[in-house]
Amino acid sequence: MINESRRKFLKTSALIGAGITGLSAKSVKAGPKYVLDENRMGVLVDTTICIGCRKCEWACKTEHDLPTQPIESYDDRSVFEKMRRPDAKALTVVNEYPSKETDQFPINVKVQCMHCDKPACVSACIVGAFSKEENGSVIWDTDKCIGCRYCMVACPFQVPAFEFEKAWHPSIRKCDFCFERTKEGKLPACIEICPMEVLTYGTRKSLVERAHQKISLYPDRYINYVYGEYEVGGTSWLYLASKDFAELQFPKLGTNTAPGVSEAIQHGIFAYFVPPVALYALLGGVMWINKKKAESNKHKEVLHE
Amino acid sequence: MSENMKPVPLPRRYFTPTVIVIAVIAAVGLLFVLARLIFGIGAVTNLSNEFPWGIWIGIDVAAGVALAAGGFTTAALGHIMHKEEYHLITRPALLTAMLGYTFVAISVGIDLGRYYYIWHPLIMWNGNSALFEVGMCVMIYLTVLYIEFLPIVTERFIGRVNLPGFFKRFNVSLDKLLRALDRGLDKTMFIFIIAGVVLSCLHQSSLGTLMIIAGPKMHPLWQTPILPLLFLLSAMSVGFPMVIFESYLTSKSFGLKPETNIMANLGSMVAPLLGIYLSFKLGDMVIRQTFVYLTEFNTASVMFVIEIVIGVVVPLRLFLSPQIQKSPMGLSIAAFLVIFGVFLNRMNNFIVAYNPPYVFQSYFPSIGEISVTAGFIALEILLFRAFVMIFPIVSVPQHSGTKAKFSIRSV
Repeated sequence: MINESRRKFLKTSALIGAGITGLSAKSVKAGPKYVLDENRMGVLVDTTICIGCRKCEWACKTEHDLPTQPIESYDDRSVFEKMRRPDAKALTVVNEYPSKETDQFPINVKVQCMHCDKPACVSACIVGAFSKEENGSVIWDTDKCIGCRYCMVACPFQVPAFEFEKAWHPSIRKCDFCFERTKEGKLPACIEICPMEVLTYGTRKSLVERAHQKISLYPDRYINYVYGEYEVGGTSWLYLASKDFAELQFPKLGTNTAPGVSEAIQHGIFAYFVPPVALYALLGGVMWINKKKAESNKHKEVLHE
Repeated sequence: MSENMKPVPLPRRYFTPTVIVIAVIAAVGLLFVLARLIFGIGAVTNLSNEFPWGIWIGIDVAAGVALAAGGFTTAALGHIMHKEEYHLITRPALLTAMLGYTFVAISVGIDLGRYYYIWHPLIMWNGNSALFEVGMCVMIYLTVLYIEFLPIVTERFIGRVNLPGFFKRFNVSLDKLLRALDRGLDKTMFIFIIAGVVLSCLHQSSLGTLMIIAGPKMHPLWQTPILPLLFLLSAMSVGFPMVIFESYLTSKSFGLKPETNIMANLGSMVAPLLGIYLSFKLGDMVIRQTFVYLTEFNTASVMFVIEIVIGVVVPLRLFLSPQIQKSPMGLSIAAFLVIFGVFLNRMNNFIVAYNPPYVFQSYFPSIGEISVTAGFIALEILLFRAFVMIFPIVSVPQHSGTKAKFSIRSV
């Protein structure tokens, strides 16, 4: 009898416990989609092959309905005189840097969103408009965005761009890894058009292996470093180069994920709402005690008189 | 002395030469707001893909929230610690906080690319985002501030509802509604007062978490994992200076005697708070060994030194001096320095420290941005003056035999 009721009690409390954990797990999930699929895709960019034809820029603009000059105009190499960054009208750009030795070809570097494994923009976005998808792409939902530009503050690669010139319904623009194309089994537009096969599309896992293979096969051609393998916790786009990445204006970043500390602090302050509720209770208690004290003081004064 | 002090509306002539100048500044600001709505953010501001946030966030929002801290610090002192002698200053502090947060919300609104989606965070949640937390807390706290202000409205209008013409017929029912509201608020106000303090602690600190995600983009002199704590401590230490400074200005502007006793008592609490803030700030600098950056001579190091020396160390010394404690003028100057220090700290954190990897043109606010910021501050001052004239906010000595007002509650 006693045993049975005890068992019942244990069972009930276990159920209640499970219910509470289930509930809280659900409420914590309130946020953007974030999947880190084992077979997420990536791109290996071999900057030693790129000839700077900028066909990828044209293909990207065409794919994303951005205004573009005819493809022939992209042969003009004078644009390389200045370093350019992706913006709201060009989601990818190619820059040119001098090579190690003067007689060699210059180095061209394609720049676009790195599609981080732990993206700062996904963590930062106030309405969860950014998401990390199964196939590795980090995409942005126009229906949610309020245009606060916190993603731009957060991004360690300085990639998201904003349509500052628009008074009505400005958008955040960045490379979406051709999400609409890859959904249909097509290659991203830049990869499809690249005449030199600079860009290799594959699972991120296989690309990391391939990058190291290439380095060990041609140790004279590459420096022994795969940019993006560990930067801010890893990125879907990976780079090989013949000279130090700092000289190619890649930002020097640690291996800690970009949102790491921020999220830890945020969840520390809000751990299941315990700290705020505890503070509320504490202040309530202090207020009650002080009020009682003041009242009894007044009462005493009255008595003395 | 404080027993015969009562908050009353202060009827004065609204426009004085100073007020007219302030009104012009406000009007210019509003014109630029209009320009931003018609031509877009890019046309009015110097913001770019390199510098997505400017002074509308760094000053209007970040400094605005910090300088409205007088509301929750005096609420904590007057109501939670139940120090009745401070009830005189809770109303002006509440009004400042209410107006301050209102303009924080408006500033966020004009800075948002899609201001018409400002309600999105209410239904689209991202618990990982510090900005989401700040946004939610500020929205709820603004509501709480309006509720806390309601008793002042009911006090002003109960028994005095006098609508013109056609609306006359609603006079009695409106009065009844006000009385019902008043009774309900009287019993429940403590809930909102505690909530206000909790919400303030939460978002004042989360405002500090905001820039942590910018990681290496932020200058190491300011980038630290204890930013939320530093923001909370500095907000707490700027609350009373804000009240002191504003009470001094109000007394000057309306020709009243300054509240010397209360100002001095508040002043005596500033030094410990500032001291705690300073020790955390310097301790953090020693532990992270960021003092090496002070040997470089650049904007960041100069701004940091100004922020610490003029904004914290000097006022800390002033608040410890007995002569300063006795003089309303001295207290106001010390209080102003604290306000300046926290203002500069927020601007430094959000603007000066922000150093993105690719910069084509460094950021300096445009005339439009400065005009809007100045315009909103001017509007706040104008509204403060109007509210003080219409509502019983500022306490003045009552001569015995004055007509009895509607009973005044402790809140």
